Amino acid sequence: MSAEATRTIKVNYLARVEGEGALTIRLKGDRATKVELRLFEPPRFFEAFLRGRSQMEAPDITARICGICPVAYQMSACHAIENALGITVDGPLRTLRRLLYCGEWIESHVLHMFLLHAPDFLGYDDALAMAKDHPEIVKRALRMKKAGNAVVAMLGGREIHPINVRIGGFYRVPARSELNQLTEELKWGRDAAMESASWMAGLDFPDFERDYEFVALRHPNEYPLNEGRLVSNKGLDIPVQDYDNHFVEEHVARSTALHSTRKQGGEYQCGPLARVNLNFDRLSAGARQVATSIGFTVPCMNPFKSLLARALETIHAFEEAVEIINGYEPPARPNVDVPTKAATGFSCTEAPRGILFHRYRLDAEGIIQDAKIVPPTAQNQKSMESDLRQLASRLAKLPLDQATLLAEHAVRNYDPCISCSTHFLRLNIEREDEA
Amino acid sequence: MARKPKLAVWKFASCDGCQLSLLDCEDELLAIGEAVEIANFAEVSRAVVRGPYDISLVEGSITTPHDAERIHGVRRASKVLITIGACATAGGIQALRNFQDVKEFISIVYARPEYIRTLATSTAIADHVPVDFELRGCPINKRQLLEVLLAYLHGRRPLIHRHSVCMECKLRGTVCIMVSRRVPCLGPITHAGCGAICPLYQRGCYGCFGPNESPNVSSLSDAWLSAGAAPAEVVRVLQTFNAAAHPFADGAAALATRRVNATEQGA
Repeated sequence: MSAEATRTIKVNYLARVEGEGALTIRLKGDRATKVELRLFEPPRFFEAFLRGRSQMEAPDITARICGICPVAYQMSACHAIENALGITVDGPLRTLRRLLYCGEWIESHVLHMFLLHAPDFLGYDDALAMAKDHPEIVKRALRMKKAGNAVVAMLGGREIHPINVRIGGFYRVPARSELNQLTEELKWGRDAAMESASWMAGLDFPDFERDYEFVALRHPNEYPLNEGRLVSNKGLDIPVQDYDNHFVEEHVARSTALHSTRKQGGEYQCGPLARVNLNFDRLSAGARQVATSIGFTVPCMNPFKSLLARALETIHAFEEAVEIINGYEPPARPNVDVPTKAATGFSCTEAPRGILFHRYRLDAEGIIQDAKIVPPTAQNQKSMESDLRQLASRLAKLPLDQATLLAEHAVRNYDPCISCSTHFLRLNIEREDEA
Repeated sequence: MARKPKLAVWKFASCDGCQLSLLDCEDELLAIGEAVEIANFAEVSRAVVRGPYDISLVEGSITTPHDAERIHGVRRASKVLITIGACATAGGIQALRNFQDVKEFISIVYARPEYIRTLATSTAIADHVPVDFELRGCPINKRQLLEVLLAYLHGRRPLIHRHSVCMECKLRGTVCIMVSRRVPCLGPITHAGCGAICPLYQRGCYGCFGPNESPNVSSLSDAWLSAGAAPAEVVRVLQTFNAAAHPFADGAAALATRRVNATEQGA
């Protein structure tokens, strides 16, 4: 074949991602002439129909943007509106919110690591096929996932779209005895997550690195969940309310998701790898210890190793959940008073897939006048496309089926969640070789 | 050995939460994988087995011209078609566009409206093709999903009650929060299935399972108003996750009309 032959790799419906998308890569020789993620998740217009709704409805409504990470939407909505109203949710209520988020991180990370991502490393179509050869690995994963879900179900009322989160705190807070019932399984989960991380470290990671700008929250003394400054490894360090001054969203024809970029810097990456790189010192003792034992060092610039970042965060989430439950003293009231006032509020929290920004403008009666929501997958799209562009020379040398698999694998590194197409994916690798 | 039944899961406009309910059956998932062939389930597997499918689960509502075509293909390929969740059974929260100008919605969210292909309405699957069973909820209850799957695999009717959330509170022994604390609650007009969790957590039901078999929306609206709820608040709660379900939509419209009349009389 000629060195300048062109071929196209197409994935018309990307599997093992949440939502709908497609990917086209056109290769000329070993260069990519086109890399295009196409998101055809039907638009649902959340930002439009939030207008005219009560501030108290925002956590329940925005939860419906994503069935995989509803707690993230609820947390960003609550903190943004509380920011507007000038109220602070502190003490045990604040800690319970962290516990709820730990539950969602566990559930979402384990789902992605074992059911969606690990089959790529081992060459299976799905986790059910993987379970035939590795039954204990998959069974352990399902039990870990269940332990995370049990936290969300206990504290939130149910696993998907929890009903117990409200502006100002919760509708009902648990008794010590209720939380204590979770402890034993969470301790088992912590040990299982440590063993899983060691198993994952033995997988074959493609040799690939890129000079990323990682963006994540950073908090003075905690691993970031609900609060912190927005920081990057390239000098960004801003309070969350300055988000709009530093980030911009653009609308491209192929996508119902808006692409997010840094105003000066261009593309960036958020999510577990960004968080671990920027907050390694804030990880729990157990997570840092496992990182040392498996030889995971920061900064890690290999997106395929996001799997290990997710594994470390899973250990952290189990450890922090146990710690929170051990120190829990129920608050006197399940929530703080919520006033109404005309104001604008901002929040960024760390969804399992990365930073999730919400901004609301409220009127004096507590009605939402304007809402802006920037989900993590929208922010990672450009980074995914650039990874594929850099992989082009490798894709060009592979037979089509293996090239397609590698390209899909590279996209799944980001755990893309397309249903958040408030604003995502199929793969088309085009190459007109053997001409 | 007899051929395993083929199971397919299809997604239309939705949040993925209802299909995730199947993956949330952590104790049963591997057994499900033994009992059926996962023939087409993009969120879980790259493998795609050709139809026809014995059971199709359909999540999401119809909101684009392309999807309005695609659902007919799904119906043709499916022996049994079961819709799961408020989007598929009632249009979901995205049906709020049905009551407003979708062009305005597009311009609020997207800088380049000309790139967006969408319908003016979000509609239930049953508005487009015959549906064998509708499982309600935003999200569906995973126990109910297992019951429906088991029923169809064994050729019997699913045991899904169509009574109200009130019955579930009584069955659990939850004290009525509307009676005891005057907390406005949609329980009396809302389809059972969630296990009446909101009242258990000291909040009123917000109707995410949609209307029950024979809801008296007008009477409950009055009860909310007398408990101190503003009319706009009652309209909003009816117009949320099952906004286009007829009893809820009609109830909200009636209340809006009443407000207009009251304003005119007051003027």
